[in-house]
Amino acid sequence: MECLDMTKVEEILQAYPHDETSLIMVLQDIHDTFNYLPCDALKRVAQELNVPLAKVFSVTTFYKAFSLNPKGKKVIRVCLGTACHIRGGEEITQEFERQLGVLRSQTTKDQEFTLETVNCVGACAMAPVVVVNEEYHRNVTAIKVKDILKGEKNED
Amino acid sequence: MKINSFDDYQNLRKQLLVLQPLEQKKVLVCCGTGCRAGGSLEIAHKIEEDLKAKGIGSSVELVVKKPGCQGMCEKGPLVWFMPQGIFYCSVKMKDVPEIVEKTIAKGEIIERLLYKDSETKERISHHDSIPFIARQNRLVLRNMGVIDPMDIKDYIRAGGYETLLDILDKKRDPDSIIEEIEKSGLRGRGGGGFLTGRKWKACKKAQGNRYVLCNGDEGDPGAFMDRSIMEGDPHGVLEGMILGAYSLCAKEGYIYVRHEYPLAVKHLSHAIQEAKEYGLLGENIAGSSFSFEIHINRGGGAFVCGESSALMRSLEGKVGEPRAKYIHATDKGLFDSPTVLNNVETWANVPLILQKGAKWFTEIGTPKSPGTKVFSLVGKVKNTGLIEVAMGTTLREVIFGIGGGIIGDRQFKAVQTGGPSGGCLPASHLDTPVDFDTLTQAGSMMGSGGMIVMDDRTCMVDVARYFTQFLIQESCGKCLPCREGLPQLHYFLKEIVEGRGKEEYLPKIEELAQVLQDSSLCGLGSTSANPVMSTLRYFREEYLLHILEKRCPAGVCKALTSFTINEKCTGCGACLRVCPVEAIIGQKREKHEILQAKCIQCGSCYSVCKFDAITIGKRS
Repeated sequence: MECLDMTKVEEILQAYPHDETSLIMVLQDIHDTFNYLPCDALKRVAQELNVPLAKVFSVTTFYKAFSLNPKGKKVIRVCLGTACHIRGGEEITQEFERQLGVLRSQTTKDQEFTLETVNCVGACAMAPVVVVNEEYHRNVTAIKVKDILKGEKNED
Repeated sequence: MKINSFDDYQNLRKQLLVLQPLEQKKVLVCCGTGCRAGGSLEIAHKIEEDLKAKGIGSSVELVVKKPGCQGMCEKGPLVWFMPQGIFYCSVKMKDVPEIVEKTIAKGEIIERLLYKDSETKERISHHDSIPFIARQNRLVLRNMGVIDPMDIKDYIRAGGYETLLDILDKKRDPDSIIEEIEKSGLRGRGGGGFLTGRKWKACKKAQGNRYVLCNGDEGDPGAFMDRSIMEGDPHGVLEGMILGAYSLCAKEGYIYVRHEYPLAVKHLSHAIQEAKEYGLLGENIAGSSFSFEIHINRGGGAFVCGESSALMRSLEGKVGEPRAKYIHATDKGLFDSPTVLNNVETWANVPLILQKGAKWFTEIGTPKSPGTKVFSLVGKVKNTGLIEVAMGTTLREVIFGIGGGIIGDRQFKAVQTGGPSGGCLPASHLDTPVDFDTLTQAGSMMGSGGMIVMDDRTCMVDVARYFTQFLIQESCGKCLPCREGLPQLHYFLKEIVEGRGKEEYLPKIEELAQVLQDSSLCGLGSTSANPVMSTLRYFREEYLLHILEKRCPAGVCKALTSFTINEKCTGCGACLRVCPVEAIIGQKREKHEILQAKCIQCGSCYSVCKFDAITIGKRS
């Protein structure tokens, strides 16, 4: 486990008023920086914003955008909105599970991929949709899953 | 440059139009999310590069723009040539050199890139002649796909901010604006359909620092109208909010944008920055005494935050739990101050109404639901995309007229509207005119505008189970009926789709649905049984087939389904190639076979077979 760069947390905290209203925005920035919410950072946030740590955790676990565990280098988000669901989103999720050997919301052992499902990314006209980091893949089929993973691995 | 008066604005607009007249040659490469996924950004860059390399058209004569969603997402990436109106679909990188040489340089049409009508098989060369476009009434979407959302000058050229400047110049009475909005009969486009003018009036009566909020937490699965508007015409939303703030004498506003929409955040932030630079936001807007600030807040990825009171808690930095509605947000909303919260599309309607007048607006749509509605037309329909029609247009016109019918000309089964709070309407309702009240009467609801078309390969029990599962994940857990009732409802549905259903479950489901409706705290819970109830109402037979015959006619419920290959098989090998688990064997031009032990019932083979050679059967 690498050591946490607390100066980044301090920098983020500096940018916002020190009260409860900043909590979600501060957490979002920390999440964007570290790709998850490290526990030590949360303690610091609680102290600085004068919010009980329990409340910080309550917000952290309520919102789906926050993760308390480090995510893989690449986050695969399979959309399971209605349009994607009826055009086979579930099959695609299962195919990713088979190919990666992890279940949804898990990360591969090599920390390469995190598989997530999301309740609609708002790209319904090209269902089913898979988003890898920021890249959208349209009209995905089970057989295309292998190609997507191959493409991602080749990029490294 | 700062605009300090209406004259300033008019002079600026004149200058902008001299520099870039409306009839100027333009290449509009759609850069909505759908087309971006197809590589439209790269295509736009390549066109620019090729033009430069070939020395075609200086910037005065020709511009390449990257506007927001043009709507026909299914056929993307889209390229539209103005002023001729030539329109290309499914453009690829390799088409660019030919496009530059023929269409841009010589005005020649490349036949194969034109839209092909699925019914007449004819190629249509002009954008406005394509039925998908011609049958719409694009008012809110008027700028979409035309203007560059990252350039305020484009919005001003199109007449943007004129209404605001005119009102400020005339020092129009704020209350008369509220009056006008009320007269127009504009109803909230987020789903509730509450009268916008009445909401504003209630807020104006309350004392305190008023807030103006924009709900961009578009969570309904299958809906992307607000995303597209925020990305494609951000200034339209800002102008609406500024006008609202002026009429309510509010000083501060927030736009709450969904965490999943980073591009919308980027475009809105940029628009706010530009509006400030032009003196249209911030202190003393356009030289008047009126000041207004807008902040952007990214959501945290919680569906329930689309609910008004939960959204306000989230803006305050808290957990997004709704509260009981005996206190109205118009009295005590954000930070316990009087607050008006409207949806993105509602705000985008405001400048139009104030420009053209309430009377003009009431002449569109139906008497009780005036105006237009933007829908995201998706699912098993040929032309998926973003559309706008007058209220009162029938479902048939939307799905078959604009949408072009069902993919593969299969049988229409249902259309789902209203997201997880809505319902599924069967073919007998195709002639229902779409407005707030008719949809509610039919057991569904308008919702924010997601319209998901389903064919005979969609299982309605599975759809009900899907929505219930969705709502379990998104329930905030504050009130008991929703927290505990939904998992129980899901249990019954899961038993049915997995072949363990019993007939006595159906009355229990109905009873539970009633409890959820009567006793949940917020809209999420009280409408959560709608998908189940509407499918039970219109597709009870299908439930009974699952329970009594252990059969899923759509071939979706895996525990009840098997796929076999019948005599019609030509041995083309299409199914063999798409099977993800290599469960299909067979020689070329000979009948293939599915190895049942390996088959995972994914249905990929069924989807690709062109010879109707896959039979959906009962699982033995």
